[in-house]
This record gives sequence, C-alpha cells and structure tokens, in this order.
Amino acid sequence: MNKQSYDLVVIGGGPAGLAAAQEAYDQGVKDILIIERDFELGGILQQCIHNGFGLHHFGEELTGPEYAQRFMESVADRGIEIKLNTMVLEVTPEKMVYAINSTEGMLEIDAQAVILAMGCRERTREAIGIPGSRPAGVFSAGTAQRYINMEGYLPGKKAVIVGSGDIGLIMARRMHLEGASVEAVLEIMPFSGGLTRNIIQCLDDFDIPLRLSQTVTKIHGKERVEGVTVSKVDDNLRPIPGTEYFVECDTLLLSVGLIPENELSMEAGVELDSATGGPIVNEGRETSIEGIYACGNVLHVHDLVDYVTEESKLAGKTAAYFLQDKIDKRKERVEVIAGNDVSYVVPQQITDKVADRKRVDLYLRGRRPLENVRIIIKDGEQELFNKKERVIKPAEMITVPLSEKMIDDLNSEQIEIKIVKEGA
Amino acid sequence: MKQELITCISCPIGCDVEFEVVAGEINNIEGNRCPKGKDYVITEYFNPTRILPTTVRVKRGVLPLVPVKTEEPIPKKLLEKAMKELAKVELEAPVKLGDVVIKNILDTDVNVVATRDLAKR
Ligand SMILES: Cc1cc2nc3c(=O)[nH]c(=O)nc-3n(C[C@H](O)[C@H](O)[C@H](O)COP(=O)(O)OP(=O)(O)OC[C@H]3O[C@@H](n4cnc5c(N)ncnc54)[C@H](O)[C@@H]3O)c2cc1C
Repeated sequence: MNKQSYDLVVIGGGPAGLAAAQEAYDQGVKDILIIERDFELGGILQQCIHNGFGLHHFGEELTGPEYAQRFMESVADRGIEIKLNTMVLEVTPEKMVYAINSTEGMLEIDAQAVILAMGCRERTREAIGIPGSRPAGVFSAGTAQRYINMEGYLPGKKAVIVGSGDIGLIMARRMHLEGASVEAVLEIMPFSGGLTRNIIQCLDDFDIPLRLSQTVTKIHGKERVEGVTVSKVDDNLRPIPGTEYFVECDTLLLSVGLIPENELSMEAGVELDSATGGPIVNEGRETSIEGIYACGNVLHVHDLVDYVTEESKLAGKTAAYFLQDKIDKRKERVEVIAGNDVSYVVPQQITDKVADRKRVDLYLRGRRPLENVRIIIKDGEQELFNKKERVIKPAEMITVPLSEKMIDDLNSEQIEIKIVKEGA
Repeated sequence: MKQELITCISCPIGCDVEFEVVAGEINNIEGNRCPKGKDYVITEYFNPTRILPTTVRVKRGVLPLVPVKTEEPIPKKLLEKAMKELAKVELEAPVKLGDVVIKNILDTDVNVVATRDLAKR
C-alpha cells in the first residue's frame, strides 16, 4: 500500500472543503491535502448554474460555478495539494485515511487532523415510498440538474416535480426554459420549503402551478413514466381517499430532501445528531473525535453556500489552532439545546476557549413557518438573548450571535434556544 | 387608488412590500426593511427584469456544455427569446470565465458571458 502523511487532510473538494483548506493554510498550516472523488473541484456548485450565490460573502450575486471557481483559484494560488478522481473509503478514529485512485492505487494517509466535507446526497423514491411500477423517467432533481446543466440532455418533455424546496423550484424553471412543460410542482406540506425568491422567479414567472398539501400516490407506465396519480393529503400528511386525479407526464423529478453524507463519519466513530443527520460538533466544528472536524452540508444541510463558506473557514481555523496547540478547553462544556419550535441548532456544544475570538454564531432552523416571534436563549433562568423576528421559515437558517462575554459568563452547563410566539 | 403587493427578492429575507399606484405612479411604499426594497418594487412593477443563467454547447471540452449568464438582468418577457438565441451558439474549448458568448443579446445592451473555465478535452 502507498503510504503518505499530511498535517491536514480535507475530504471533499466542494465549497466547504475548499474554504476550510484555504483558511487552515492562511492560519499557517502548509502541509494540506484535499481529496475529491470527482474529476474536478467545486462540488455540487458546478451543476447549480443559476445565480443567487455569494451576496452575503462576496457582496455580489454569482452563479454556482463562479462561486466555486473563486475558491478553486484561491486554493490553486496557495499551491495546496489536491488529489482528484480519488475516493476516500475509510477514516479511522486514529485519523488514518484510506483512499483509492487509478494512478496510485490504494492509499494509506496518516493525518494529524481531518476535515470532513463530503456534502450531502438526495433522498430517493425509496426514501419516500411512492408505490406503482418502476418505469424509466423517475429522477432525483439533482441528478436531472447534472444531466441538463453539465452533461447536456433533457430528461423528458413533460414533467411533474415533487417537492418545492429550492432544488425542485430551480429545476422547474430550468426544465421550462429548456423547452419541457412542467405540469405542476407538488408539495406535501401546507407551505413551500423554498426561498420566496425562487417561488417567484421559478414558478410565478412562468405560470407553473405550485400545489400545496398534495403528493404523488402512484406512478404509471411500464417502460417509461406515462403519468402520476396525485392526491391531497390531510393534516397528518396522509392521502385523502377520493381526492385522486391523474396527471399525464413522462418525467417525475423528486426533490424530497437532502441527507448529510456521513458513512465515513459513522465508521470513524464520530457521534451524529439525529436532528441534523450530521456530526455533533463544538463551536469550532470539532466532532466527538479530537482532531476530526466537519463543515458544510455533511454537518447540516445549508440553504445558502455563503454560510457553508463561513462555517468551513471556522473549521479550517480550528483545525489549524489544534495543530498549533492553540486551543484551551473550558472547565465545563456547555450543551446547546434546541428548544420549543427549533428543529436543530449547530454547534451542539461550546467547549473551547479561543484567545482571539469575538463571538460564537449559533445556526438554527425553525420547525414551522411562524410570524411575530421572539428568539430566546436561556442560561438556566437567566435570559441571554431575546430578539423579535417578523417571519421564520424552516427553509431559511437563522443566525444568532453570542458574544465572547456572554460565553465567559455562562452559569449553567446547558443553554436552551427557543422560538416563542410574541405575547405567549 | 389600488393597494398592490410585491415580495422583494433582492435578498433571501423576502419583504412583502405594499404600495399604491396613483395615476401610473407608485406611492406609499411600506414593508421594505432596506432601500433596495423600494428600487426593486419600482422596477418589478414597471419593467420586471431577470438574470438568465443557462448553458451553451461546447466542442471538444471536458464537458459538452458551459454555463453562461446575462451579465445584467434583461426584461423578463425576453427570457424565452434569449434561450432561442443561445441555442444557436456553439463554442470551442477552452472557454474562460467571463468570455463573451453573445454581445448585446436581443439589443438589450447586455452581454452573455461564460460563468466558468472549461478546459479542452
Ligand atoms: C442537487 C443540489 C442542488 C443545490 N442547489 C443549491 C442552490 O441552488 N443554492 C445553494 O446555495 N445551495 C444549493 N445546494 C446546497 C449546496 O450543495 C451547498 O450550499 C454547498 O454546495 C455545500 O457544499 P459542500 O462542500 O458541503 O458540499 P458539496 O458541494 O456537495 O461537495 C462535497 C464534495 O465532496 C466530495 N466527496 C464526497 N464523498 C467523498 C469521498 N468519499 N471521497 C472523496 N470525495 C468525496 C463530492 O464529490 C463533492 O465534490 C444544493 C445541493 C444539492 C445537493
């Protein structure tokens, strides 16, 4: 076996891995390797050709490939080593990384620190269990996105899209502009999971109907999809008998959620959070194994890549500080609990003392759409933070800053963050 | 007097901006959290525009397509026409990010540019 060693190995060359590597380098770690299984860097951004990236981080609106290329260039400028077409097969708790490619064969890489940045994958038809036959023409929306935007073919002429998250909405516009007819976007929930901007620019602009509280209950067709049965659902998301109707189509796109890609993390023994599907991390994005970090969609599914960049720089910096022995642990670790109407919060723990830190940002998601609420953080009985928010949507991540002073002064070993209706 | 509502999409917050239209002029703009909301509503009401991101074909590239976009937003009603113009284009690899693919598309004074580098196969 081909043996190598690096101070820092970054697994995944998407925006998360690139930002993490760049930041670790800028913090003084020079012996870095990025491992990417695809033939090029950039991750999923290469297929997200639409605009809307970077407003937050660069102050201008970029497309996915443009955003990716900026980080690819900055990693290249720094001369950071990259292995493409290389698949990581295993990471051990001792931070041995096993990978394979066709030029070097099996690699055994001894790493002092590892950053997990493998992104996420899409849920499939199996995951949501639509009955019916198994004809061709059923795709996950991301697969269709890659076909249309990178490989150059349209998966069909008449499509129904299940799921109104951003990927589903973006694909509705893309299919429409490429000449397909999009019959409807169906959403099982009573609200869309996508950004308002995408509902307007992807559906309303082209009169594509969004049907809430409806889902596909049967797929028809032998060789190829010939249509789907659509049903309304009740409050418990169960199809209501008698509401079925038939929609003719040759393509069904499923945009039914993303799952952090954590097979490697699990095998390494990294503890996962069932609410995020990603590792449990501290405020520096360190997992339950010292020296192993996680950032980007492998940690929790982000709606904006800008936050991926922010978070990944943090992970890169913490990894550098770890390698340089610059981290002190707090006496007691503080658990951050997702309370009322909060579906998850990242980080789940605050454990470190970092000299030059000014604040810790908590990333959280609301459980359901709400108006006129307060976001409250409690340290025991004491209220640390209390802020009004006009609108909360599960699709849009909320950032709450905790100042270093607040963190220094924490009394309990547990803080709770919750969303409450104003006046309640 | 008419009460109108447009959701501002200048940023992900998506303010619901309400306003009145009197004699073809926008008045009493409310609900926007920043000045962008006002500009957005005025443009969106009178002349809605969009950036058009799509792809064009490439010969001898590592991929058969390269992503492109209009450098500036173009009138919404021209999106489908612009797609037809872009379907006629075929570039030759290598392509550089920022390469002009179509100059002044449909007389909009807006160029269509490549949004990534694409190496030769
Ligand atoms: C289909 C789809 C569409 C999206 N659309 C948008 C959008 O429109 N706007 C937006 O802001 N966000 C979008 N996102 C979210 C977007 O993915 C994130 O904002 C961002 O790309 C996440 O970056 P990442 O680096 O964490 O993951 P990725 O970009 O997925 O990068 C992960 C990288 O790790 C590599 N990798 C994984 N496992 C291994 C392994 N074992 N060995 C080696 N390499 C490995 C992958 O090949 C990939 O390149 C979308 C996500 C998906 C899945």
